[in-house]
Amino acid sequence: MSASATFSDDTVFDLARYFRFQWEPAQQAHVLLYPEGMVKLSGSAGEIMKRVNGSATVKSIVEDLEQTFPGVDLRKDVTEFLEVAHGNGWIRVKQA
Amino acid sequence: METGGSASSRPEVKNPLWLLAEVTYKCPLHCVFCYNPVDYTRFGPELSTDEWLKVLRESREIGATQLGFSGGEPLVRDDLEILVAEARKLGYYTNLITSGVGLNEKRIAAFKEGGLDHIQLSFQDSTREMNDFLSSTRTFELKSKVAKLIQQYDYPMVLNVVLHRMNIEHTWQILEMAEAMGAEYVELANTQYYGFALVNRDRLLPTREQLQRAEEATNRFRERVGGNMKIYFVVPDYYADRPKACMNGWGSVFITVQADGTVLPCHEARMLPGLTFPNARDHPMKWIWYDSPGFNTYRGDAWMKEPCHTCPEKAKDFGGCRCQAFMLTGDATNADPVCSLSPHHHLVTAAVEKAQHPLEKRVTVQRIVFRDDKSSRELTRKRDTAAVTPA
Repeated sequence: MSASATFSDDTVFDLARYFRFQWEPAQQAHVLLYPEGMVKLSGSAGEIMKRVNGSATVKSIVEDLEQTFPGVDLRKDVTEFLEVAHGNGWIRVKQA
Repeated sequence: METGGSASSRPEVKNPLWLLAEVTYKCPLHCVFCYNPVDYTRFGPELSTDEWLKVLRESREIGATQLGFSGGEPLVRDDLEILVAEARKLGYYTNLITSGVGLNEKRIAAFKEGGLDHIQLSFQDSTREMNDFLSSTRTFELKSKVAKLIQQYDYPMVLNVVLHRMNIEHTWQILEMAEAMGAEYVELANTQYYGFALVNRDRLLPTREQLQRAEEATNRFRERVGGNMKIYFVVPDYYADRPKACMNGWGSVFITVQADGTVLPCHEARMLPGLTFPNARDHPMKWIWYDSPGFNTYRGDAWMKEPCHTCPEKAKDFGGCRCQAFMLTGDATNADPVCSLSPHHHLVTAAVEKAQHPLEKRVTVQRIVFRDDKSSRELTRKRDTAAVTPA
């Protein structure tokens, strides 16, 4: 089953070129940095982005998150966030 | 948030996000539209390497994330590699804002190694003659070489071209040049009238028609290149009817540190009378951001006069630019006269109306002033006796 219209369970995402992901102590939040700009991520978005590393599949990101936060079905949240992140150009599909 | 002052009398102060380090005012170019303060020649000695490192550390501690190295020409500083590497270690996203003069393979390799994230290269025009004239130097071919280096070292190719009356009709050619260079982002930034640009305003402010044609050319070009090149067109605020949200509000996200260590809420604020701005040599950045009188003067809206004070848009544009209000009306607490609701708006419309006439048909046209030390000293002398506002 495909996870969304634009990617599947086996898709591997990586940060888009020129983007950096890091923890900002002053804001107590994860952020994405890019030329002359910044996106402040919510707690859950930060947890997902932490796992976008150019090697984990969408499926494994969901599984890893469900292990860390047991008892919740996170698949929909993860898929939705990845779609937004991809649409905004924060992440790119890693070509196999 | 810790402010060190009484919370009730002050708006909440968030951490800064942007640090602009104007590391030197030395510059091999002499651009007529430069926004640098015209009296830069009277500033004190530049911060040392260690003093800059202190500024970087302390600003990062209070939350600054984006860092721009600018000037002047930042490449004039031969310790820029040290500053870049330290900035990257501290976690900044580091941007080099440069004319490209002084960038060679050895230096760009060192920047890459040190972790520089991004380079923004400025161009004056698409033709060598105009580029060299506008910057009063011969640099066009050198810049084309630099553009190649930037790509070779896997940086995004980001071009910034300042538009004005003398080059705006070349908008299409400028975009073709950008495309030929492989630019991914192009900022067509119409001149804003500060510093030397204000002195030269008569010669720089485009006509309404010129502006319209440039926007049309930009839109046509966007259709042609699709998503391959992102083009930003920044309208000159004299042609807008609402002011820009200058610096996203005074002391809200932005810090400028000048070459001599003076710390400002924007790169022009030093001109404002009656305010004193601290020096990073003498005070920690935390105190400067949260507690220094200069950074608190125009925070919030208690300082506003009408029509801003009761304006429903004040939370959106913060009354515009304090420096522009001062330069054009003599009082920084006035509404930015770019706003059509400002009682001083006629000062802007008069300049715009004047711009509709060809230079040769005007009664008086100021001579063009290049940004160099001699002009700076002359303008400084003039400023000491009168305001440097064009008639």
